[in-house]
Amino acid sequence: MRKSWWKIVCVVLLIYTVIAGFLFNVPRLSIVNETIRALYFHVPMWFGMVFLFLFSMIYAIRYLKNHSLQNDIYSTAFASVGLVYGLLGIFTGMIWANYTWGTPWHGDPKQNGAAIATLVYLAYFILRSSIENEEQRARLSAVYNIFAFAAMIPLIFIIPRMTDSMHPGSGGNPGFNMYDLDSKMRMVFYPACAGWILLGVWISTLQIRTRLLEETILDQENE
Amino acid sequence: MNTIVSLLFKEFHLELRRKSVVAGLIIYLFATVFICYLIFALRHNLITPLVWGALFWITILFTAVNTVAKSFIGEKKGKDIYYYSIARPEAIILSKIIYNFVLCLLMSLSGVALFTLFLQNPIQDIGLFLLLIVLTSFGFSASLTLLSGIAAKANNSNILMAILSFPVIISIILMAVKVTKSCIDGLDRSVSMDEIVTLLAINCLVGAASYLLFPYIWRS
Repeated sequence: MRKSWWKIVCVVLLIYTVIAGFLFNVPRLSIVNETIRALYFHVPMWFGMVFLFLFSMIYAIRYLKNHSLQNDIYSTAFASVGLVYGLLGIFTGMIWANYTWGTPWHGDPKQNGAAIATLVYLAYFILRSSIENEEQRARLSAVYNIFAFAAMIPLIFIIPRMTDSMHPGSGGNPGFNMYDLDSKMRMVFYPACAGWILLGVWISTLQIRTRLLEETILDQENE
Repeated sequence: MNTIVSLLFKEFHLELRRKSVVAGLIIYLFATVFICYLIFALRHNLITPLVWGALFWITILFTAVNTVAKSFIGEKKGKDIYYYSIARPEAIILSKIIYNFVLCLLMSLSGVALFTLFLQNPIQDIGLFLLLIVLTSFGFSASLTLLSGIAAKANNSNILMAILSFPVIISIILMAVKVTKSCIDGLDRSVSMDEIVTLLAINCLVGAASYLLFPYIWRS
């Protein structure tokens, strides 16, 4: 966590994303035109959110296996940053939708699915705040974390694909399939995803380190 | 296996002896349907089939949440320790899921009967609708039983139960509403097969998750 090579990589990737995202050429598609650049900011938010929630779930499983509170701290930190990424994803989606679909909230199934997934993790934090006993709180929130991740997958990935949606790639809209997301956009898109995910992990590690230091201070005060 | 069966019998016996829970739920259901009837009888032809579907699922949702919430939240502490010592947690959760499934199914079928009695029945494909009710009852039961177990250990359990359960239920309700609309319109069954398969998948997912995760909650 203290090594800095991946943090430097993250900063370089994100600077590249911002500069290249706005200055490089993009393919011309009907309806979206220049706003397709939002792809570099909106979609990596979702990838980042799923990865962060995945890490959160992995640490929740680890907590259930060996009951060390450190795993619980890791799990919570990843979940909170994942939640922020989810909210940012919804917000960037609303900005994008305002220019392409006309209104910020269109009632699109992917938007609704994303909003409900956000509610699931907000409920996770409400659960954590309503239990006093530390060990019990860690155990119950770990169980809910795993359950919530299992419940989130159908919402975000399966249901929107089954219905007509205004999102690209479903229901007959010009999709971002492999012909449109050509090498020009991929050159910026893949580094953007990597950069945003690394940033999410970086913020989580900062939160983890802060919490671990707090715990150490509390332990020393109690001695 | 025998443990599960005997636990199931215990639940049914307790229920038949007191009848308080089932009676309360039937009254809740009846009151909801009757209020809908009173309001919509004021002017005729207000209940379009879609409104019927919406009212039906709202009623079933809240009845199901109330039904399953009582399963863990109402248990007393001493009984918990007793069950912990005599049965494996897997048996306990399976017996509770099956018991809640039967209860939810009974409530849903009573709901259909009451709705038909008071508000007419626009459903054209009854067979598919009954299959839908069976699947959603199992989905509600599996997910809500685990969440009730989690909420029972926390402080303000009733509110927490509602908050925790709402998002998980949404995906089940989404599928159910789509299939209900197809049933009302009398469309061919193959149109709804996608949603039915998704419901089956959600049921398996939620059931497996509940079965695997419950032992971790139980140890306290």
